[in-house]
Amino acid sequence: MDIFEILLSASFWTAAIRIASPLIFATLGELICERAGVLNLGIEGIMVAGAFAGWMAVYSGTGLWMGVAVAMAVGMLFGLVHSLLTVPFGLSQHVVGLGVTLLATSLTYYAYRLALPEVTSPPKIEAFQPYEVPFLSDIPLIGPALFAQTPLTYLAFILVGVVGLVLYRTPLGLALRAVGENPSAVAAQGLSVTGIRMGAVIVGSGLMAVGGAFLTMSAFDSFFFEMVNGRGWICIALVVFGAWKPGKALLGAVLFAAFDALQIRVQQMPLGADIPYQVFLMMPYFLSILALIVMSRRAEVPAALMVPFNKGER
Amino acid sequence: MRLEPVANPSLLRTTVPPAIAIGSTVVIASLLAMAAGANPFSVLGLILKGAFGSKFALLETLNRATPLIFTGLSVAVAFRARLWNIGAEAQLYAGALITVVLGTGLLQWGAFALLPTLVIASVLAGALVLLVPALLKVRFGVDEVVTTLLFNFIFLLFISMLLEGPLKDPMGMGWPKSERLISEARLPRIVDGLRLHWGFALALIAAVVVWVIERRTTLGYEMRAVGLNREAAGFAGIPVNTVLIKTALLSGGLAALAGFSEVAGLKGNLTLDLSPGFGYTGIVVAMLALLNPLAVIAAALFVAGIFVGADSMSRAVGVPSYLADIMLATALLLMVLAILLTRFRVVRE
Repeated sequence: MDIFEILLSASFWTAAIRIASPLIFATLGELICERAGVLNLGIEGIMVAGAFAGWMAVYSGTGLWMGVAVAMAVGMLFGLVHSLLTVPFGLSQHVVGLGVTLLATSLTYYAYRLALPEVTSPPKIEAFQPYEVPFLSDIPLIGPALFAQTPLTYLAFILVGVVGLVLYRTPLGLALRAVGENPSAVAAQGLSVTGIRMGAVIVGSGLMAVGGAFLTMSAFDSFFFEMVNGRGWICIALVVFGAWKPGKALLGAVLFAAFDALQIRVQQMPLGADIPYQVFLMMPYFLSILALIVMSRRAEVPAALMVPFNKGER
Repeated sequence: MRLEPVANPSLLRTTVPPAIAIGSTVVIASLLAMAAGANPFSVLGLILKGAFGSKFALLETLNRATPLIFTGLSVAVAFRARLWNIGAEAQLYAGALITVVLGTGLLQWGAFALLPTLVIASVLAGALVLLVPALLKVRFGVDEVVTTLLFNFIFLLFISMLLEGPLKDPMGMGWPKSERLISEARLPRIVDGLRLHWGFALALIAAVVVWVIERRTTLGYEMRAVGLNREAAGFAGIPVNTVLIKTALLSGGLAALAGFSEVAGLKGNLTLDLSPGFGYTGIVVAMLALLNPLAVIAAALFVAGIFVGADSMSRAVGVPSYLADIMLATALLLMVLAILLTRFRVVRE
């Protein structure tokens, strides 16, 4: 099987969309935060916490959608911590973000050890199953890829549209974009910069956690340490690649995931046998860096990104 | 609410918030210990005892603090100039890598020639690893936070590749580990019979050197100026990009010394679990030290103590040792807030 055949196979694109789904949730979450002017480096840890919380909830007997809600709530809680420190107090977004990642990760591992002290391999749950959309899933190639996925994947794609609509077509979205560009102007309108920014970080963190939960509740059916494995950092690169726009970010996530799916398959080809597997595993990270280099020249960074707003200053 | 600078902070204002931050960290740790079904007082006592309670414990803490001093210094130097180096982990492994490449028999020199060579080679290797993200930042404006983070993953995979390939110890029973250093490449113990190697002394020297660079040289002045206000520094004629590159070289080199010291002083070979996140923990160390190079020593001892103590506590009463990481994260977040509150007052609208 050569690379061309792989690219024309439905299973390849099905895998690519599946790999893209958690990235879409988390990238949207990060995008919302950054559009409001807050870099959220808590993303990696929040994804870990979401992955565990959703899975643990389902394992303890709640329904799958309840599990998603629990993951989201946990993510929002960490978002609250992050936004309290970075928005009203204006603390370094780098330090607070890394601190939140450390806190969320270590709390998750602690909770895991407490909940399951003696297990060597973590228990499995009944994860989300693919749902084939009638008729549409029969379309060759894109049918199975786009319309025979789990409900969470459909939700990810719907959310891209919803976030785009809210950002560009509602007063709330306008206010959110404005606090990321020119917070003083928003304050002059009598709106609360602090409130809007905190809200954005809290909602965005909730989405990151759902991205994590996708891993344990849809892509796999169990929780492992190191399972997020840098996906959060990749999402930060995807936000830049997507020029802070939901549609482009979606495109970036799918492209990235397609590349990831491709490298897994090339590893198993005769061509890939002589190359150490680590080279393939490095590729996604290299690709992210490359994307950053290519996009950085024309990126339209939100003007007030990482600039705290303190009323009465200047 | 808004923040208002306090002109002459009182003694109360400068001491109470940090004390509350430490106190709250202890309270949170106690609650979590209770959630694990343990007596919080005995857990905290065991952590203290495990960290500082005996000669063995104390030496273990000093050994654990050694790499943290290096990575803490690395982060402190970089953050001072607002160069966000989150890649100390990769730079640490670069130092460890060059140490085993040169020190396992390639250079058959006496210790007095070999050890300084390894130190210099490590510094250069680490500097080179951070040079790439620094150049990407200066040339293309690529955010170094993301690139240094991603380089950590890339570099660890690179090490894994080498340990399963050209660097693999043929006598290693199939484990991915390097050959052992020749005895001339090993850092001796400071005092015979005590398990503490010269890496610790090197770390202390590094802290003093960094302090001197920061406070007593033009470069240090420029680094601080760039960190305080990049535009103003550029306007005042400071070559901002050159300063950032120099800072990166210094920061990367310091982190690499952690890798050298761990391999040459403690482990003797390179494995994939050489560092349990020393690079990331260096960020906590640097922040707790308020980026002051000399305070990094104390912060590293504190952080190392929590880790060593929590390990020993965990073995004794079965509370997961992740409690240490939680305590550090909490201390970090509360401490940056506390430091802010020593200088600003919160005004209600």
